[in-house]
Amino acid sequence: MSILIDQTTRVIVQGFTGDKASFHAKEMIAYGTNLVGGVTPGKGGQRHLDRPVFNTVKDAVETTGAEASLAFVPPAFAADALMEAADAGLRLVCVITDGIPAQDMMRVKRYLKRYARERRTTIVGPNCAGIISAGRAMLGIMPGHIYLPGNVGIVSRSGTLGYEAAAQMKALGIGVSTSVGIGGDPINGSSFLDHLARFEEDPETHAVVMIGEIGGPQEAEAAQWAKENMRKPVIGYVAGLTAPKGRRMGHAGAIISAVGDTAAEKSEIMRSYGLHVAPSAAELGTTVAQALALVA
Amino acid sequence: MDIHEYQAKELLHRFGVPIPRGGAAYSSDQAVYVATELGGWHWAVKAQIHSGARGKAGGVKLCRTYHEVAEAAKAMLGTCMVTAQTGPAGKMVSRVYVEMAEPFEREIYLGFVLDRKAERIRVIASGAGGMEIEEIAHARPETILQVEVEPAVGLLPFQARQIAFGLGLNLKQVSQAVATMLGCYRAFRDLDATMVEINPLVVTKDDRVIALDAKMSFDDNAIFRRAEIAEMRDVTQEDPREAQANQLGLNYVGLDGDIGCIINGAGLAMATMDMIKYAGGEPANFLDVGGGASPERVKQAFDLVLSDKGVRAILVNIFAGINRCDWVAQGVVQAARDLRVPLIVRLAGTNVEEGQRIVRESGLAIITAETLAEAAHRAVAAARAHREAA
Repeated sequence: MSILIDQTTRVIVQGFTGDKASFHAKEMIAYGTNLVGGVTPGKGGQRHLDRPVFNTVKDAVETTGAEASLAFVPPAFAADALMEAADAGLRLVCVITDGIPAQDMMRVKRYLKRYARERRTTIVGPNCAGIISAGRAMLGIMPGHIYLPGNVGIVSRSGTLGYEAAAQMKALGIGVSTSVGIGGDPINGSSFLDHLARFEEDPETHAVVMIGEIGGPQEAEAAQWAKENMRKPVIGYVAGLTAPKGRRMGHAGAIISAVGDTAAEKSEIMRSYGLHVAPSAAELGTTVAQALALVA
Repeated sequence: MDIHEYQAKELLHRFGVPIPRGGAAYSSDQAVYVATELGGWHWAVKAQIHSGARGKAGGVKLCRTYHEVAEAAKAMLGTCMVTAQTGPAGKMVSRVYVEMAEPFEREIYLGFVLDRKAERIRVIASGAGGMEIEEIAHARPETILQVEVEPAVGLLPFQARQIAFGLGLNLKQVSQAVATMLGCYRAFRDLDATMVEINPLVVTKDDRVIALDAKMSFDDNAIFRRAEIAEMRDVTQEDPREAQANQLGLNYVGLDGDIGCIINGAGLAMATMDMIKYAGGEPANFLDVGGGASPERVKQAFDLVLSDKGVRAILVNIFAGINRCDWVAQGVVQAARDLRVPLIVRLAGTNVEEGQRIVRESGLAIITAETLAEAAHRAVAAARAHREAA
């Protein structure tokens, strides 16, 4: 098991025929992802990477039975693509696109609530590196070879910091069940808490690493929820101790603008809820090892 | 992205928000001309900088004669104004705003923000206007009124009325306050704002409700579809290096330390800066070179980091996912040819061996590191050695 995706998940790519999308689609296929086709409006009926191209997500779902998609759509059209995916009944959409207007995401989130909880689409991202179930399937742009298959879940706002954690763990012989990037935007499809809940229910995940950064209330919410609802250990880290107030640090959502937004406050909140907090990003792997040793 | 008060007022006025009549001026002569055009007996001359708390810094002057208008404008223009919000460097005053002074009876705070927790636009109001919202929240929290806007229908008149009546306004004032709130909301939504703040919104003796100050910030991710807002950008209000980085499509934030950072990914960049601090050093900047770090891009990143004369060492930390290490390594080697400060390079991820080989065989004095911790410690040591040698 893993969360969100495995080798049987039928996947399409939205924005399939673009250069970057094609490159990453090939990587996903090579990793073992069950890529069944893609969508590019106006190119329906063609074949790309030996797979069918459709004009609409609805067509793709009807023909291929797709359940999940990777959205590689430019910022101006991304919100529309996400709502199209939700309307077509996809269970999961992972959106890589960086630069989607915040109010567009606000509307997307509102739109998803039109659907009953059982059939509501889960959005992962935007502005993320994607999802990988180590050794099984990849719905994203990460370098697959740094993930050793195993039993630790990773959920991270940052892509490269998620890689850093996976690589440090691999060096210590610790593997990953699934790694999820929730993205660096102020309003994202799914939160730390959403994925902690999934990892808690996944029998193959024994511990979870949660990698946050400055800005927003999500780390604190998730830490409190973990304390109240999780039996599995959670390892936490928050980047941005040196970040000045009121300055955007690359990610649209990485800005200290309210009480509780700083790395120091969030780390302290994580500690107060009993998380294993890594003192620095260089100690992500060793902190995981220590937490696992305690439960073993 | 931030804009000036006079620009925000101009925008909000178009959405039906009442403002005092006024005009921008770039010289004291122009300021007097604006005052004569406006007519009346009292004018406010206000320094236009991207900062609040201008009043206490001498950035707002009430004038009773044209001579006073000229003197006030002359005193402000061309100065670097330091307020409680600008930091010690201050912000250059290159224009002033001259407006009709409106005597008022009451000051109200009115703000619109993008609430990340609720994922909605939130309206915040308080009868204790004139103070910063943080001060109000601290000193008079019981005066704060709030509503959340349901995105599917927008701010509804009844919600605005709840706030207006809650502020204790009379019937005549309520209808104007409601129109102001609905106008601000539409401006927020239609222009992709992230913040609209009217502080104070004032009530005059004759029951008029007017926006005496206005502040707007916009979503950088939406600027591509707001050409008019993009044109309002005033680069004199930004750190010159950050403005240059913006032109190049790089994310750069200048800091006070001496270790320049070139890193891919915002999270890894922040974590690396923290690691430098942890190792006893201070980062000079935040810089995310992004995914496809081509040799040109890496060169631009080096130039940008080196334009900060305080930099005593450069740390490059790349965890290659989309981009390949060998590709980045070629850029680093090219950029490092005539470098005058120590360079520490840590590469990991896709094609790492090839990248390391390129760095090793370049014949350049590049310090390499395998891990994040090693990289930070070596950078701190190198910066210290360079400082002592200088």
